[in-house]
Amino acid sequence: MSEELFKRTFKIQSRNFDRAGENSSEIKGILKGLNLDSEIIRRAVVVAFEAEMNVVMYARVGTLTFLITDEDIHIDVMDEGPGIPDIEQAMQEGFSTATDEMREMGFGFGMGLPNIRKHSDTLKIESQVGKGTALSASIRLNSNA
Amino acid sequence: MPLSPAPVLAKPKALRRERPGDEDTNPMTLEEIKNLLFCQVLTHDADLSVEVDTVLASDGMSEILAFHRPGALMITGLTNIQSVRTADIADVRAIVYIRGKRVNEKAMDLARQKKIPVLTTKLGMFDVCGILREHGMKGAM
Repeated sequence: MSEELFKRTFKIQSRNFDRAGENSSEIKGILKGLNLDSEIIRRAVVVAFEAEMNVVMYARVGTLTFLITDEDIHIDVMDEGPGIPDIEQAMQEGFSTATDEMREMGFGFGMGLPNIRKHSDTLKIESQVGKGTALSASIRLNSNA
Repeated sequence: MPLSPAPVLAKPKALRRERPGDEDTNPMTLEEIKNLLFCQVLTHDADLSVEVDTVLASDGMSEILAFHRPGALMITGLTNIQSVRTADIADVRAIVYIRGKRVNEKAMDLARQKKIPVLTTKLGMFDVCGILREHGMKGAM
């Protein structure tokens, strides 16, 4: 059983593009303070940031729970929103349902979920159309993908 | 009249590489990049002796995050706050905004807060990447 070292839940503000990513930036600061391997930090922060941006862009409300154990980093993001009808399709690079506004912010080119998968060691996504999405990713502290 | 054979052109050195990383890069300082690309420096206290050795060039922020390398130079035409947020997340060493676009003030505030040097050039993406590639920089993607 792994030992829980740090846990914090952040609220994600939907549609607030000015503050979008602030939680992930704070997570980066926390991880740097723990003197973890810089590659592990970068991977965790990319996962958190892409997941946070998805909530900002698509959901009504969401939370990001960030947990560090002595074995891994967990990033759990839950939202209330439109959900993902076809997760397999959404995981394909280039697939996107983004609006022009999202693209103007530099997102929505069909790389978000693939980026999360690329940078995490485990990834689980559950979604209910019309209700919301739960994403759970982890990065092992001794991994270097 | 018989056709003469097409002249064999020597391939420019810069185009011989088959894949990113197949050859050594040529690190450059921000000062050198500023001069090459005719840049204006928007973060006035920036240390221009800082070196970069790889380039991330895209207007898509997830593209930057997909292929990021620590300490890279980010070239983009996206001038809003999310470009700086992405640069911070990706540990980008400096940003060059292209096409002479006006940089959003919120973006500049965040760049100053995160101490990310910001330069701007009137050149377009194609020319910026071509000039840097010609001088030995390599892409991170």
